[in-house]
Amino acid sequence: MSVMVDALGDGAVVVKRNLIKIVRVPELMIFTLVSPIMFVLLFAYVFGSAINLQGTGYREFLIAGIFAQTVIFGATYTGAGIADDMKKGIIDRFRSLPMSQAAVLVGRTASDVLINLISIAVMAGTGLLVGWRIRTSFWEAVAGFLLLLFFAYTFSWIMAWVGLLVPSPEVVNNAAFIVIFPLTFIANTFVPLENLPTALKVFAEWNPVSSMTQATRELFGNSGGVAATSHAWPIQNPVLYTVLWGLVILAIFVPLSVRQYKRAASR
Amino acid sequence: MADVIHAEGLVKRYGSRSGEVRALDGLDLAVPEGTVLGLLGPNGAGKTTAVRILTTLLEADGGRATVAGLDVRKDAKGVRKRIGLSGQYAAVDEYLTGFENLDMIGRIYKLGRTASRARARELLERFDLVESGDRPVKGYSGGMRRRLDLAGALVAEPPVLFLDEPTTGLDPRSRTGMWEVIRELVRGGTTLLLTTQYLEEADRLADAIVVIDKGRAIAQGTSDELKRQVGGERIELVLTDPSQLDKARAVLATVAVSDITVDEDGRSLTAPVSGGPPDLMEALRGLDAAGIVVSDVGLRRPTLDDVFLSLTGHTTETPPLDKQEDAA
Repeated sequence: MSVMVDALGDGAVVVKRNLIKIVRVPELMIFTLVSPIMFVLLFAYVFGSAINLQGTGYREFLIAGIFAQTVIFGATYTGAGIADDMKKGIIDRFRSLPMSQAAVLVGRTASDVLINLISIAVMAGTGLLVGWRIRTSFWEAVAGFLLLLFFAYTFSWIMAWVGLLVPSPEVVNNAAFIVIFPLTFIANTFVPLENLPTALKVFAEWNPVSSMTQATRELFGNSGGVAATSHAWPIQNPVLYTVLWGLVILAIFVPLSVRQYKRAASR
Repeated sequence: MADVIHAEGLVKRYGSRSGEVRALDGLDLAVPEGTVLGLLGPNGAGKTTAVRILTTLLEADGGRATVAGLDVRKDAKGVRKRIGLSGQYAAVDEYLTGFENLDMIGRIYKLGRTASRARARELLERFDLVESGDRPVKGYSGGMRRRLDLAGALVAEPPVLFLDEPTTGLDPRSRTGMWEVIRELVRGGTTLLLTTQYLEEADRLADAIVVIDKGRAIAQGTSDELKRQVGGERIELVLTDPSQLDKARAVLATVAVSDITVDEDGRSLTAPVSGGPPDLMEALRGLDAAGIVVSDVGLRRPTLDDVFLSLTGHTTETPPLDKQEDAA
């Protein structure tokens, strides 16, 4: 138990330090705020003018997809931040201190939840301006936002592990781009599943990004019967499937990252 | 007196494409309480690896080590509570202010809010960082970063301190300032292990010196003992006429305490002496009497290269792979 308390107490110190950095490096903050706005507007007006959906409008369909993509890309900060700390010797300094071995990772992933929270708030505001509406209850909407944050949090742990493996933050960004881009595009984020070619469709149906997007859409009341046309189990049980994925990712990558953190200096 | 830092037969191997490299190859160290040990060696000799093992950042492949009586492998957290580490690359957070950096470390040591802040202010004052203490470290000079990093190592007033090349890359003025700070610490009774590439630094700060090469101790003793082995200062002279080389060598031999070396150009000679300026005067009188013309002459302190030349017969050139390791 005291191990947990230590990890949280020391983690809080690390969170404070990470948040100070966000405030002091305005570029980072501006990017965090501007890119979601850009995505919402681009997709809403460029794709929205070309894609017609029955039942619900494309803009409403789209917002959950953009939420999903943005928070998953947000996990890149986790990896890049850790790789940067490694490179600058700050991880060594932490490792020479009598603190919990998990604290740096706990603190980093926790502060990135806050960054994602800010991104979501900005996207939601922009979405409301272009016509997106939540058509369910307050608590369902809250559940939708929590699910987004939870799944992004599990991705942060994957990226934390990547950040500890690679030599520099730039590599994290490139690696993340190659993996996350297809993962968020071969899904129901921006287009309905039924129009995809078979192989891509199967991948997309079982892709947890799809289930997360589907779950979010349903919790916001934006599905309008459109995207649920797939009969794949993950799309029919999106919340359960997404939560299961999240738990599996945590079960694998939390221990893996902590172990890598302990070893990291020996390379 | 008990050894506060004690290491026996430390071995650390790294795999590499060209085979196995031994960063440490059976290193023994002993630092009694309240003393300073200087670990002297060139890049890639294994200094940083030794410090990393003793500070629990790295596990040794062989041998054992204790710090403050605790086994570095079995009780890593206990060791971390008793040590301070200031590394070769100042590990301070650029985006935090000097104060925030120190306060963060204080909180990790569970000093409590008030105590941690007071300690941070006290250290800023002591390290002459009061004026810049509330500015982000990004704007600090190299010397200021090193001082802040050292201050960070002292937050919890650890009884054992490890300084890994504390002045490498600093300009001469910052270096002298750093020496001042370190000497003051030692007066307070801290046990210190210091690594350095500079013989002069080890000479000024350390009670005992271990010279390390290829992961092994090749000489040890006090600064004076080492100098007796290596010779004190060097007379260096450059001849105008290379044909006078043999005559010049004969004159220098009257004051030299060990072998005189001749540069590849055939006109520069280096002679280790023990008496300093009087030896130089005597050599100059001798040269003048023999009608030898010199274009340049001077007296200089022995460098790490001289130590290596005397002890191993080779200079400090190391394969590039070893250098990478120390930099890692």
